[in-house]
Amino acid sequence: MRASRRLNQVYGWLLLTPAAILLLSFTHYPTVATLWQSFFSTGTALRPSRFVGLDNYRFMLEDEIFWKVVGNNLLFAAGTIPVSIALALLMAVWVNGRLPGRALVRMAYFTPTILPMIAVANIWLFFYTPEIGLLDQILRSFDLPTRNWLGDPDIVLWCIIVLAVWKEAGFFMIFYLAALQALPPELEEAARLEGASRAYYFRRVVFPLLMPTTLFVLVNAVINSFKLVDQLFILTKGGPDNASALLLYYIYEVAFSFFDDSYAATLTVVLLAALALISLGQFLFLDRRIHYR
Amino acid sequence: MTAAGRRLDFWWALEAAAAWLLALLWLAPLLYAFWAAFHPPEYATRFVLGAPLTLANFFEAWSQAPFARYFLNTFLLVTSILAAQFVLCTLAGYAFARFAFPGRDLAFALVLVQLMIMPEVLIVENYRTMSRLGLVDTIAGIGLPYMASAFGIFLLRQTFKTIPEELEEAARVEGCSMLQILWKVYVPLARPTYVAYGLVSVSYHWNNFLWPLVITNSVETRPLTVGLAIFGAPESGVDWSVITAGTLLAVAPLLLAFLLFQRQFVQSFMYAGIK
Repeated sequence: MRASRRLNQVYGWLLLTPAAILLLSFTHYPTVATLWQSFFSTGTALRPSRFVGLDNYRFMLEDEIFWKVVGNNLLFAAGTIPVSIALALLMAVWVNGRLPGRALVRMAYFTPTILPMIAVANIWLFFYTPEIGLLDQILRSFDLPTRNWLGDPDIVLWCIIVLAVWKEAGFFMIFYLAALQALPPELEEAARLEGASRAYYFRRVVFPLLMPTTLFVLVNAVINSFKLVDQLFILTKGGPDNASALLLYYIYEVAFSFFDDSYAATLTVVLLAALALISLGQFLFLDRRIHYR
Repeated sequence: MTAAGRRLDFWWALEAAAAWLLALLWLAPLLYAFWAAFHPPEYATRFVLGAPLTLANFFEAWSQAPFARYFLNTFLLVTSILAAQFVLCTLAGYAFARFAFPGRDLAFALVLVQLMIMPEVLIVENYRTMSRLGLVDTIAGIGLPYMASAFGIFLLRQTFKTIPEELEEAARVEGCSMLQILWKVYVPLARPTYVAYGLVSVSYHWNNFLWPLVITNSVETRPLTVGLAIFGAPESGVDWSVITAGTLLAVAPLLLAFLLFQRQFVQSFMYAGIK
């Protein structure tokens, strides 16, 4: 019996090994290496990389673009997360109800999810193009002043936010829809018998029961707000004057346009810290307060 | 009909109209893309009923960029990632679900780290690794960081845990080896999980952009998304109608699959999300 237990242990590790090697090489090792690299200078042909302590971090704190990008990212998160979650819930309630042609409506809501961001950015570029773009054409037909949507630092980030909401809401809807379908139908009947209005039933019964889903969607939405940068490559390249640059995009620029690996690593550490903070917050606060199986 | 009933009907109609309006708004970009792609360039920004239809934009797009090659690259990328994910995640999921080995819980926690720190975040360091391995600008280089997927391991572990152990015992009595048990008992019973995970993975990697952009630099390896980004760049001087035609070409297979198997897609995303 003991021999078979030992054998089982060996088998367990053997089965795990292929996946473990890849995970260690492309998730754990680079995470640690990024932290390590952030304490070194970027090596050049003449000057090899050397230990510089916290110099990269000091440089980062004085880097105006860094603060700009962090501010942009926070605004981007604050703009996309609540709106896309609220819309997702609304969509789910509609699609779950007795709406005529609801299969078609559900498909319409969900379609942006399966389209590549690059492709939809190509299409949205036309909406935002000055003068001949769709938005300006609509404005002009009402005799309103047109604008340079993506060229104006005050509105460019909002254009990106609208696109992100459009792209994400349908994806989040799916999870609400699943949760709504899992609610026992007796609940609604009981509420109706008690004479509760639809709004009351939703606010006091459905919404609290959807809390685990909201948490799940929220965590996903927060992570996405650090990850969704593809559209910038097509629409703005982070411009004008970094008004629409997000953290991950800035990391890409520093690493692959300015070839400053160490500074890119330092910025990545900030991004990793943000992600770690999110998971810590999820673990400490939300999981405890919301009953979840 | 009572007054209250009529008022309810009115609100209900209003809500339905709002739902439809939102649906139309959500489809508008795609509808516009179809309009521009199927009409001559002079109608790209002019919406006139009865504008002549044409396929010229598609031929133009196809001839201006190596789309056939991009399609092949994306196809190779998506299938190789999926195949590797199925094998690796099945083995690891089975290990976590049915084997007691020292360090299992720690290992599982370390696997879950990847749910939070996705390969996209580690582009700088992973690029260095790939150049050390000589895998820059190869399809394997694009795929490798994604092949051991924490999400897949987690999904399959959850599924395997629900399969009754008596089935495994029975198979063992019949003389099946460990891998035979996995292949004949666990894998067939987890089919819905494979379908759901497969659809999610294929749509993710068909659409993935940042890492492929970083790691590729030639037509021979570039997937569709990266090719499309270069094709659509304003510097390329290609006009609207052709860009939208190219865009539709790139999304067509996935869009078509989605329209045909809509229910399956929606259910897969749902299923993968709830687990």
